[in-house]
Amino acid sequence: MVSAIDMPQTMPQEVSPQTDQPAEETETARVMIAVRDLDFAYGSHQVLHNVRLEMPARAVTAFIGPSGCGKTTLLRCINRMNDLVDGARITRGAIHLDGIDVNAPEVDVVDLRRRVGMVFQKSNPFPKSIYENISYGLRIAGVNKRSRIDEAVEKSLRGSALWDEVKDRLDANAFGLSGGQQQRLCIARALAVEPEVILMDEPCSALDPIATAKIEELIHELKTQYTIITVTHNMQQAGRISDYTAFFYLGRLIEFGSTAKIFTNPSEKQTEDYITGRFG
Amino acid sequence: MIAAPSHRRRSHFFQRLMFWVFRLATYLVLACATYIFLDIGIKGSRTVFTSQAPFINLKFLTQPPQTLYVFDYNGQKMELSDREFRQWQETHKENVEATSIAYSAGGIWPCIVGTALLVVGSMILALFIGISAAIYLSEYSRETRLIRFIRIAILNLAGVPSIVFGLFGFGLFVIFFGWNVSLLAGWFTLGLMILPAIITASEESLRAVPQGLREGSLALGATKWQTIRKNVLPYALPGILTSSILGIARVAGETAPIMFTAAYAMRDEMPWQVTKWTDFFFQGVMALPYHIYVVSSKIPQNEYTERVQYGAAFVFLILVMLIALTSIVLREKQRRRLSW
Repeated sequence: MVSAIDMPQTMPQEVSPQTDQPAEETETARVMIAVRDLDFAYGSHQVLHNVRLEMPARAVTAFIGPSGCGKTTLLRCINRMNDLVDGARITRGAIHLDGIDVNAPEVDVVDLRRRVGMVFQKSNPFPKSIYENISYGLRIAGVNKRSRIDEAVEKSLRGSALWDEVKDRLDANAFGLSGGQQQRLCIARALAVEPEVILMDEPCSALDPIATAKIEELIHELKTQYTIITVTHNMQQAGRISDYTAFFYLGRLIEFGSTAKIFTNPSEKQTEDYITGRFG
Repeated sequence: MIAAPSHRRRSHFFQRLMFWVFRLATYLVLACATYIFLDIGIKGSRTVFTSQAPFINLKFLTQPPQTLYVFDYNGQKMELSDREFRQWQETHKENVEATSIAYSAGGIWPCIVGTALLVVGSMILALFIGISAAIYLSEYSRETRLIRFIRIAILNLAGVPSIVFGLFGFGLFVIFFGWNVSLLAGWFTLGLMILPAIITASEESLRAVPQGLREGSLALGATKWQTIRKNVLPYALPGILTSSILGIARVAGETAPIMFTAAYAMRDEMPWQVTKWTDFFFQGVMALPYHIYVVSSKIPQNEYTERVQYGAAFVFLILVMLIALTSIVLREKQRRRLSW
């Protein structure tokens, strides 16, 4: 494992022959989020160790790994949701969004979260109407023009493939939607504020296979416009939806590469064991 | 039949004994409640209701208390209120030996008004301070030593006897601030008294709002205050208000905190009869619980005072029951509407 950490998985200047370098594969791939030597701790309990990772724009990156390996923590570092947790802090390193350190003092966390949307594991629509759920992000951003909000509501609902199902009942309470619809509503809500990155924390873990398939299809469409980072426990899902996969174990990034490479020919034995299900 | 061993029989005996102890303890509560309600209900309804239309003693509900004059006139027993007695004297031009009994004629209207004013003012005050403090404690503060200390202080405040609140209000508001015996002093004293209950109830309601709603809102780029105002408080507020209605019952019922700070035993003007509008806040008022206290312990007891005592207690009980009932109905509605 030590060798895996020492290996420069994501540093383009030191290309290791074993690790696949996604940034090198396509010339156009721009790095959207760069995690640089990140250590993260909850109080005195360190949960991320020296994570180095560069996630390309307009692609889906999946974080996989057993529970408690730090994938969700890393995800929540990107839009600084960990600020809400007492004692949680980055002890070393930084995360750069499009070249800007997200934890820099001049960065306004409100602006950051507008650029980096999030979809949660448990769908959390607000107990308001469908329309109000979508317009919420715009209203708090100071958009009050009805026509503009109407437009954004339709656009985001179409974007999340929910429009046809709910267009006749936009004023109905969001709690009346099915679980899968609620999760797509949450995606639409995130789209409405026009973010650049969408973080998804196990977006399908509470959904049935049909709803899951719809969300996966949606993710596939969204990646043409957005950088998507998703955490998943489902190996097949990571294989289906992602372009790049990062495997974490015990707070360390073991391997990062194109999904095809990770799933067919992983460089690390631990990765292979985990993917094939031989892992403890 | 197989004879049970002696230790088994003993344990069976104790099991039955304890069962009866618990059962009787429960029935005792029921018996007390029934006795109180029946006693006040029966004796009080004699004052509040009448045998002829409109069946409700409107005089009792709409008039201020007056002194009752009782005397014999040509073998007939006369019971006249202060005003009626003076009129009677003018028309009859006679001197009669009349027994005067304070507060036993007229009604309790100023007391109802005074209690309502005290409740409204102190609840507004307590809700404003209490909800603000609860928002700070549940949404903004981190669990530091100071916050733990504050929580202990709130718990202790809830345990302070109401008479101590009364003396505190008397010392601070009445004497030190120079507000005298006034509505304002009563509002602050009662408000502080129920503050711990309001803070605790508000914090519970705020914490019952799922964390996911906060995170969802923050993740969309809302500030903390926007999140609280639009996505936490609206869902907590019904819960806060319904649990606060029980606080109303307590504010309405306490005598000790207002006896030094806001309550007059007798006042002829109604609260709105003030020369300057600012005087409104600096006037004392009559209040139901204090009136009951005065007529029950400050004047000689007889059948006439008993009428007022039970009448006032009955009206008081009905009012508090209505408030509590409203609270229960609202809470049930609320539970059905917002279930996460």
